Amino acid sequence: MRPFTYERARSPAEAAAAAIRNPGARFIAGGTNLLDLMKLQIEVPPHLIDVNGLGLDRIEGTQEGGLRIGALVRNTSLAADERVRRHYGVLSRALLAGATAQLRNKATTAGNLLQRTRCPYFYDTAQPCNKRQPGSGCAAIGGVTRLLAVIGSSEACIATHPSDMAVAMRVLDAVVETVKADGTTRRIPIAEFHRLPGDTPHVETALERGEFITAVTLPPPIGGRHFYRKVRDRASYAFALVSVAAVMQRDGTGRVALGGVAHKPWRVEAAEAELPRGARPVTAAILDSAKPTHDNAFKVKLAERTLAAVLAEARG
Amino acid sequence: MVRVSLRVNDEVRSVDLDTRTTLLDALREHLQLTGSKKGCDHGQCGACTVMVEGQRIYSCLTLAVMHEGNTVTTIEGLGRPGNLHPMQAAFVKHDGYQCGYCTPGQICASVAALDEIKAGVPSHVTADLMATPQVTADELRERMSGNICRCGAYSNIVDAIIEVARSPA
Ligand SMILES: Cc1cc2nc3c(=O)[nH]c(=O)nc-3n(C[C@H](O)[C@H](O)[C@H](O)COP(=O)(O)OP(=O)(O)OC[C@H]3O[C@@H](n4cnc5c(N)ncnc54)[C@H](O)[C@@H]3O)c2cc1C
Ligand code: SF4
Ligand code: FES
Ligand code: FES
Repeated sequence: MRPFTYERARSPAEAAAAAIRNPGARFIAGGTNLLDLMKLQIEVPPHLIDVNGLGLDRIEGTQEGGLRIGALVRNTSLAADERVRRHYGVLSRALLAGATAQLRNKATTAGNLLQRTRCPYFYDTAQPCNKRQPGSGCAAIGGVTRLLAVIGSSEACIATHPSDMAVAMRVLDAVVETVKADGTTRRIPIAEFHRLPGDTPHVETALERGEFITAVTLPPPIGGRHFYRKVRDRASYAFALVSVAAVMQRDGTGRVALGGVAHKPWRVEAAEAELPRGARPVTAAILDSAKPTHDNAFKVKLAERTLAAVLAEARG
Repeated sequence: MVRVSLRVNDEVRSVDLDTRTTLLDALREHLQLTGSKKGCDHGQCGACTVMVEGQRIYSCLTLAVMHEGNTVTTIEGLGRPGNLHPMQAAFVKHDGYQCGYCTPGQICASVAALDEIKAGVPSHVTADLMATPQVTADELRERMSGNICRCGAYSNIVDAIIEVARSPA
C-alpha cells in the first residue's frame, strides 16, 4: 500500500470539502473494496477521509411513506431491518446473496453502490485497462470475457458492475442523496447514478469530484412478491454471472432488472409490459441490443431461464 | 504514525502505528496476538475473522486507525487452554479442523453466526424473511461460507456449531 494521510470527517459537507482540498483523496466507509484495491495499488489515494463517525447509520421513514437509508448503514443491518424485510424483500434478498456475513457487517450502503468492477484485467496491473489507466487500452476485449458485459458496453470497456444490492435498488426506483463541498444537496435517481462506459470508463457514476453520498431513499412500498435470483459458479461467496431482481403483482404485471450483464444494473421499463406473456419476450426486449462475445453469449440464455424460474415461482 | 487505542480482549492497548496498518497486522505484529491468521489478506478466506463491537469482520480489510476506542475480541479472548469457550471445546470434540490454520477464524465466525441467528438476522437460505431464523445445517453452511477450510473440515465444523447451539446456555 502507498502511504497516505488520514482524517476523520466531522460532517458530510466537511467530508466533501476535505475531498476537494486533497486531490486524489478517497472517503473510506467499510473499506472492504477500497483497501483491497489499495493493497494492489489499483487505488493510490494520498489521503483518506474516514466517514464512519458521521452518524449516517439510521434507517428512517420518509414523509411520503418510504424509507431513508443512511449512507453508512451496514449491509447486514439493512437486510435485517424489519421494514425492509416486510416491504422491500427484493433488497434484503439481494444483500444476503452478496459477499459473506463478515463483509456485510462492514460494507455500507454507499460503498456497495460505489464498489468497482471485478473485471480480471482491471485487477491485473500488468495489463492495459482504460478504467484503471485512462487511454491505456482494454485487455479484456479479445481476452477471456466469460464474466464480462453483454450489453451497453463500448469499444473502450466491457466490464460489469458487480453489486447485487444496486440491482434491487434499481427495481425499487431508489434515489441517491448527496452533498457537495459548498453544502448544496441533490437527489440522483438510481437509473441515472451509474454510467455506461462510453469513451470514459473511469467515470463510473454521476457524482462530481468530492460529492458525498448521505443517504439512499426508497419510494413507498409497491406490494407484490419480491424475488432476487442469483446464478453463480458456487452457491455462496461468489459474484453473479447473471441475477434477476423482480417484484411481481398478482395480475402478472411487475418490474424486472438484471445484474451481471452490464456496466450498471440493467432495466428496460418498456419490456415489463411483456411480463404476463412469460420470460422470453421480456428478456428479448431487455437484451435486444446485446452484443455478447463467444465466451459470454450464455448469459443471454441464462437471463431468460433465470427470469423464467422467477416467474414460475411467482405463479407458484 | 498515529496513536491508536483498542480495547482488545478486555484490556486497553495503545500502539503507535503507520496509518496503513490493518487491524490484523496490528493484532499480530504489534500486540502479539497471533491467533488471528493471515490467509489471503484480501477478504477471501476468513482466517482473520475477529469480532469488533460484537460483530464478526475480516480484520485484514480494515485499518486499525478506523477502530480507535473499539472493543475487539480475538480467539485469545474467547477462551484459553484450561478455560475453553464452549465453541472451542466443541471444535476439539468434533475434530473441526486438521491443520488448524483456519480454526481461529472459524471459531470466531461460529460464535458470531449463532449471535446473528439469535438477533434474527436472515440469510440467503432463510425461506421466509419474516420468520425467526433457525439453527439448521443449511443455515450454518451458508452463514459460515465466509470461512474457507483448505483441509475440508466443514462437516465436523457444522456438527460442532450445532452442538453448541443446542446445548443449554
Ligand atoms: C471477497 C469478496 C466478495 C464479495 N462478493 C460480493 C457479492 O457477491 N456481491 C456484491 O454485491 N458485493 C460483493 N463484494 C463487494 C462488497 O459488497 C463491497 O466491497 C462493499 O459493499 C463496499 O462497501 P464499503 O462500505 O466497504 O466500501 P469502501 O471500500 O469503504 O468504499 C468503496 C468506494 O465508495 C466510496 N465511498 C464510500 N462511502 C461513500 C460516500 N458516503 N459517499 C461517496 N463515496 C463513498 C469510497 O471512497 C470508495 O471509493 C465482495 C467483496 C469481497 C472482498
Ligand atoms: S473491460 Fe473495462 S475494466 Fe476490464 S480491462 Fe477493459 S477497460 Fe479495464
Ligand atoms: S486473511 Fe482476511 S479474509 Fe483472508
Ligand atoms: S483445518 Fe486446515 S484449513 Fe481448515
